[in-house]
Amino acid sequence: MAEVLVLVDHVDGQVRKSTAELLTAAARLGEPSAVLVGAGGDTARETLARYGAAKIYRLESPDLTDHLVAPVAEALAQLVERTGAVAVLLPSSNDGKEIAGRLAIKTSSGLITDAVDVQPGEAGGVRTTQSVFAGSYTVVSSVTRGSPVITLKPNSVPVEESPGAGVEESVDIQLSDVARAARIVERSAKAASGRPSLTEAAIVVSGGRGTGGDFAPVEQFADSLGAAVGASRAAVDAGWYPHASQVGQTGVQVSPQLYVAAGISGAIQHRAGMQTSKTIVAVNKDPEAPIFELVDFGVVGDLFTVLPQATEQVNARKD
Amino acid sequence: MNIVVCVKYVPDAQGDRGFEPDHTTDREGVDGLLSELDEYAVEEALKIVEAGEGEVTVLTMGPEDAAAALKKSLQMGAHKAVLVTDEAIAGSDAVATSLVLAEAVRKIGEETPVDLVLTGLASTDGSMSVVPAMLAERLGLPQVTFASELTVEGSTVRIRRDDETASETIESTLPAVVSVTDQINDPRYPSFKGIMAAKKKPVQTWSLADLGVDPAQVGLDAAWSRVEEVTARPPRTAGEVVADEGEGGTALAQFLASRKFV
Ligand SMILES: Cc1cc2nc3c(=O)[nH]c(=O)nc-3n(C[C@H](O)[C@H](O)[C@H](O)COP(=O)(O)OP(=O)(O)OC[C@H]3O[C@@H](n4cnc5c(N)ncnc54)[C@H](O)[C@@H]3O)c2cc1C
Ligand SMILES: Nc1ncnc2c1ncn2[C@@H]1O[C@H](COP(=O)(O)O)[C@@H](O)[C@H]1O
Repeated sequence: MAEVLVLVDHVDGQVRKSTAELLTAAARLGEPSAVLVGAGGDTARETLARYGAAKIYRLESPDLTDHLVAPVAEALAQLVERTGAVAVLLPSSNDGKEIAGRLAIKTSSGLITDAVDVQPGEAGGVRTTQSVFAGSYTVVSSVTRGSPVITLKPNSVPVEESPGAGVEESVDIQLSDVARAARIVERSAKAASGRPSLTEAAIVVSGGRGTGGDFAPVEQFADSLGAAVGASRAAVDAGWYPHASQVGQTGVQVSPQLYVAAGISGAIQHRAGMQTSKTIVAVNKDPEAPIFELVDFGVVGDLFTVLPQATEQVNARKD
Repeated sequence: MNIVVCVKYVPDAQGDRGFEPDHTTDREGVDGLLSELDEYAVEEALKIVEAGEGEVTVLTMGPEDAAAALKKSLQMGAHKAVLVTDEAIAGSDAVATSLVLAEAVRKIGEETPVDLVLTGLASTDGSMSVVPAMLAERLGLPQVTFASELTVEGSTVRIRRDDETASETIESTLPAVVSVTDQINDPRYPSFKGIMAAKKKPVQTWSLADLGVDPAQVGLDAAWSRVEEVTARPPRTAGEVVADEGEGGTALAQFLASRKFV
């Protein structure tokens, strides 16, 4: 069966859930081959095999991890050529989309970013579904040219375990000088919050200007639900929460099972980052706030009384 | 320092955006404007030349109306502008857009070599964030993207790039393609003087033929992927909204329990 390359998203071999989704989607199109860049191959192997990787290409040259995206795109292009892969799937992260863009040009292949579904198409092509304009339209496309390059949004495809052989192959990649021009000279990992990652969490609780800078009720409610914490741009611009937590057009796009907006008005740019959430809940003092147009359930009230009460009730129900 | 800033003319996000029967974005029914996210790139370019020396050229590919995006950039302080417009480009995807922009950057560089190509974070209409990477690929240049801080020293550019897990410092030689986020600066408003001065600034209009691009390589028919179906999602209908009269939090917890979140 033809190979489908999957770029593994991992930190030192700890594979992110989005990679299991990619492997599940890849199995629909052909035989999944995981491409693992950087150290941690021994740790990652078992997980990759569990979700269907028949082969694992291990690319460990520091040149691939010490530079921004271009070397990985070159490596994938060489792998596509060597294996005749029928498609390449990548995570819809900033890096994933950029690698995808460069790869599509290098291999003269069609490109789809931010897909929420992937299916086999006609004539060996790929059919994708995307959600555009802040979730107000669903677009189905087909890509037939080259080895279609698809980036898939996290939380889009239900993960299925389907054991693969997980045979490791090391490959020799030739990198050009220009690919090594943009060097990562410093990298500082952010302190872990202990909460799930925003893009992968099943539940996200976000706070906005209405918190007045006090995120404690938002965080406590999030913790009662095991949720990730997000923020509106107004809260981020005020310096109340880190930019990496910003949900929206210029922040992170999330699509959890449940999204809770507290003290957020629901501006179009914020909606762009959360409107595809399955269930939406809002707490806002203003009954006219546009966020209430989208909710499955809303409470008109002060978040400083509503959230603590809800937190207490949720915790009580768990006992 | 010779800087080219790529700016896009986009339908206003506040308007009712939709699709044409041929599945391209409806750009007629909605007022257009300079993509807000590209204002940060224009501002950053102006700051760089103001701190040293050099020239800022703004470049757009789009319909004739896209000249409005150039005008705003010139009013902010850019020195000259290039509009690439041609009937054949309607419906172009990112692959074709990057081809046309790359050829335009090359042509701009024929007079004085281009040191830096600046772009925004994403189009506010398409929001793919792939054109900068593709442009870099086509120009054979390094890309340094998602910059929330930017410094240029001699022939080196250094940026800060943040994501959920890490903050990175990235360094590259020039020339390079750099995209900037909305965290990088506060774009200026055109001053009265700027608005008057813009009227005398040169705007060149190029066709695909001027760039030596074959019309068959761009536009809807050349796209490497094909849109088959577009369906409007039924607008989310507002669910139950209750006023908190002392039991709002309890009602919320009950709702979550009824949906099995607790
Ligand atoms: C180019 C561009 C990109 C942007 N990108 C993003 C983005 O990615 N993400 C994003 O979020 N925004 C983005 N924005 C900004 C967006 O337009 C809004 O300004 C922003 O989302 C507003 O944040 P907010 O809802 O927290 O604040 P506000 O709009 O001020 O709303 C605060 C809400 O809190 C309520 N409130 C106040 N006190 C309480 C209380 N005690 N209890 C309960 N409710 C209370 C108020 O009724 C109000 O509805 C962008 C804007 C631009 C121009
Ligand atoms: N038609 C265009 N003309 C000029 N610049 C563009 C065009 N399309 C995209 N860009 C640039 O590429 C950036 C990212 O666009 P995108 O990849 O479409 O999200 C934008 O912020 C612009 O700087």
